[in-house]
Amino acid sequence: MIYVHVAIHVALVLLLPPLVLGVINKTKAVFAGRVGPPLLQGYYDLIKLLRKGVVLSSTTTWIFRAGPAVSLITTLGAAAIVSLGGHAAPLAFTGDFLLFATLFGLGRFFMIAAALDTGSSFEGMGGAREATFSCLAEPALFFALLVLAKATGSLSLTGMLDSRLSDVWGTSGAALVAIAASVLIVLLAENSRIPFDDPNTHLELTMVHEVMVLDHGGPMFAVIHYAAALKLFVFGALFLGIVAPLGYIDEWIAWPVFVGTELMLGVLVGVIESVMARLRLVQVPALLLAACLMSAFGALLLVKP
Amino acid sequence: MIDELSAWLVLAAIALCTLSGIPGLFAARSGRAWERFAAVLLVGGCIAAIASGVLGLLGYTSELDAEWSIPGGSFHFGVDAIAAVFVIPIALVSALGAIYGLEYWPQREHPDTGRGLRAFYGVLTGGLLLLVVAKNGMLFFLGWEMMALAAFLLITTEDQHASVREVGYVYILATRFGTLCLFAMFAMLAAASGGSLEFDAWRPALAGPLRDAIFLTALVGFGIKAGVMPLHVWLPGAHASAPSHVSAQMSGVLIKVGLYGLVRITSLCENPPLWWGIALIAVGVVSAVLGVAFAIGQHDLKRLLAYHSVENIGIICLGLGLALIGRAEDRPELVALGLAGALLHVWNHGLFKSLLFLSAGAVVHATGTREIDRLGGLWRRMPRTGMSFLIGAVAICGLPPLNGFISELFIFLGLFRAAMLLGGPTWLVAMLAAAALSLVGALALACFVKAFGAVFLGLPRSSDGATAHEVGKRMRMPMATLALGCIAIAVGPAVLAPILDDATKAWLGHGATPLELAAPTLTIAIANGALLIVLAIFLRRAARPKPAEVGTWDCGYAAPRARMQYTSSSFADMLVRLFAWALRPARHAPKFTEYFPQQAAFDSHVPDTVLDRGVRPLFRIVGRVADRVRMLQAGRIHLYLLYILATLLVLLLFR
Repeated sequence: MIYVHVAIHVALVLLLPPLVLGVINKTKAVFAGRVGPPLLQGYYDLIKLLRKGVVLSSTTTWIFRAGPAVSLITTLGAAAIVSLGGHAAPLAFTGDFLLFATLFGLGRFFMIAAALDTGSSFEGMGGAREATFSCLAEPALFFALLVLAKATGSLSLTGMLDSRLSDVWGTSGAALVAIAASVLIVLLAENSRIPFDDPNTHLELTMVHEVMVLDHGGPMFAVIHYAAALKLFVFGALFLGIVAPLGYIDEWIAWPVFVGTELMLGVLVGVIESVMARLRLVQVPALLLAACLMSAFGALLLVKP
Repeated sequence: MIDELSAWLVLAAIALCTLSGIPGLFAARSGRAWERFAAVLLVGGCIAAIASGVLGLLGYTSELDAEWSIPGGSFHFGVDAIAAVFVIPIALVSALGAIYGLEYWPQREHPDTGRGLRAFYGVLTGGLLLLVVAKNGMLFFLGWEMMALAAFLLITTEDQHASVREVGYVYILATRFGTLCLFAMFAMLAAASGGSLEFDAWRPALAGPLRDAIFLTALVGFGIKAGVMPLHVWLPGAHASAPSHVSAQMSGVLIKVGLYGLVRITSLCENPPLWWGIALIAVGVVSAVLGVAFAIGQHDLKRLLAYHSVENIGIICLGLGLALIGRAEDRPELVALGLAGALLHVWNHGLFKSLLFLSAGAVVHATGTREIDRLGGLWRRMPRTGMSFLIGAVAICGLPPLNGFISELFIFLGLFRAAMLLGGPTWLVAMLAAAALSLVGALALACFVKAFGAVFLGLPRSSDGATAHEVGKRMRMPMATLALGCIAIAVGPAVLAPILDDATKAWLGHGATPLELAAPTLTIAIANGALLIVLAIFLRRAARPKPAEVGTWDCGYAAPRARMQYTSSSFADMLVRLFAWALRPARHAPKFTEYFPQQAAFDSHVPDTVLDRGVRPLFRIVGRVADRVRMLQAGRIHLYLLYILATLLVLLLFR
């Protein structure tokens, strides 16, 4: 039986991410009064990109080509660690949360290095912003993990997000609200969504993630696109694991419910992107610091007098 | 014989290393045979030391004890599990540095300094080995002073430069002050334990009323050597100015003996008070966060690496503090995780920091500059050096699948467990420390991707980088060995766990919780191994040469030039601004008032705040006061002899 759950986990991880992006874009289109691209546009884009050729700059070395590959491998690794809908993740062990966080770090390292490899100042600028913002997002994520560990008594992501968490909502709901808000902010920042970054803009000077990958094309760009969608999916699963723990309902019903909530998260992100403007760059650190403080506050709420 | 083998081996190692460079001193300046002879002696000595360390870790610990005419002193030394953990990296890094030095600082290119450099390098290695195996206070001091003074002579190798002389003065002052603290600590230990200078006799002293004072003097005295913030003032300059293989040895192993001292002293205390652990964690957090923040602002590649040593020493202090908390609160799993994390990080940092310093040395050797913003695009010309630096950079950021991740995992697990199990102030401390450690990891990533990208990727920013060449075999071999070491530890934590357990047992003095119970060493090894294999397959595919026909597209910018690239200072700018409250960056920007401004210049740098705003003003005041008593210091030798005679007479009178 466990193998069936692992198979469903793998299938969802591999297939669902572009659909979440489609939901976000559809929501934004509805807000703007447009028809918008079809829900499956993410998949069409990937197929289109995979059929194209690659143009490489003579400045680059193989680090430039390694960036997308490493970012995909590490994101897939993280996707194997996060639990979906309260089910045990394929890879779960004491301390796996650190592997989860550092795998994203490894992907980031190689993506920034790939950006610097082009020798372009735009891409260097994007890399610098990515590195800076994640410095502030990291402690927020760890405060949230500390709260989950202390509240559930588990040191693995699967244990932190299983049925025990639904009891914690009863006893220390306030702490979970604080860290859920903080994780949502981290999700938006790490995935370069509004208010941190505008995935649709064409003005390089304001962008973070998109500007790092200006020179990647064809299949490499497809890999980057897919890895980005997967990262959003994985962070979404972490966020949903906190706000909508499904560990207490039937394990088979939990799967469709999880898919439903993940798509609802797409709607939520789409709504946020529609009603907010992108922050000025200098205000971004302030919002991330607020996320840190919020999850630290959540941790303090756990202390029993 | 096997019972005493490890002690005899380490004795032979100390003698061989210390004497390795001495015969060369009597040779002609042009003599090239002696540099190889010195390297062979030193490598032989280090192999003996590694053998004794391995024997010690396998449980064949042994001691030797002989009379010594110095009061309170005895030739009492031995390789126990704690000493063995420090002996192995000292010997490995020193031996590899000696081989590297043959090409980096050859006698024929440096006829004036080459012989002295090798002689002092040997003395330093011997001193380091001696002090970690000593079991007697006086013997420990002998090794300590050999190490401290030889390091001064090595730092000032290029003393024709005023900046190097100044760095040397700062170092010698710092190390003298540290020794003074250690004198006070040893005096208190001896006074509280019936005048004995034997380590084993000090246990009662660390249960008595003086123990807090002993701990504080140890923290300052050993902390100066280890380079914890804010006692690190000597460290960045010294590491940057010394020849690179000496920097590797200093950063990789010399500063660790400060931690060895703390580990040894705390091992003698049966039940330390809780605040010792909290104090060490506080020191660790400050060192780690500010160390990496200062590193981000540096323009000098070796200074950047030096500040990362401060950061990593902070991480090790965190682990040791956690172990102390576990000991005070009687939580054996915290002791196991904290001490294993700290000691494994001693090894890991020894490996990857030496690797980084040797790679930086190769860059300096090939280009003649340490300025990051004058370099760029070196990957094409020096791919092997680049690969070494990349492995070191990924490892030092604590990223999987390399060794830094393993030790940080132990420390993180310990902090999380402390936060889960304990309440009150300890929960708060553990929580803040865990969050700070995550911040440190992200900042280190930003710093190293900046350094790696600016030095090795993109286009050369100046002619220095455009004419570089790959270094020779003798410099590449040590780098490759260290890189392999980083990978070996990453996939072998399950093998290392029993070794670390032995060290924990030696530190506690009784049985400890096995590390396997507290951390999933086998799972981590498999996960790391799998990730390594997958990455290797994909990176090999990516590394296949592909035709590149055009320049960087860059959104259609027509004529990109090398000087337009994002520099390392621009990359760091946002983070430097975020930490401006501590870094106090200096910016000299021109003000434009006219419509057609003349040529202008901009520059910015991050000086060491503690040195420039704390230590220097303090010493100016000290200097003014000291001027008054200067007449005692007349510079005439017969006057000094008179002082000594008078002191002796006074001491005899009051006896």
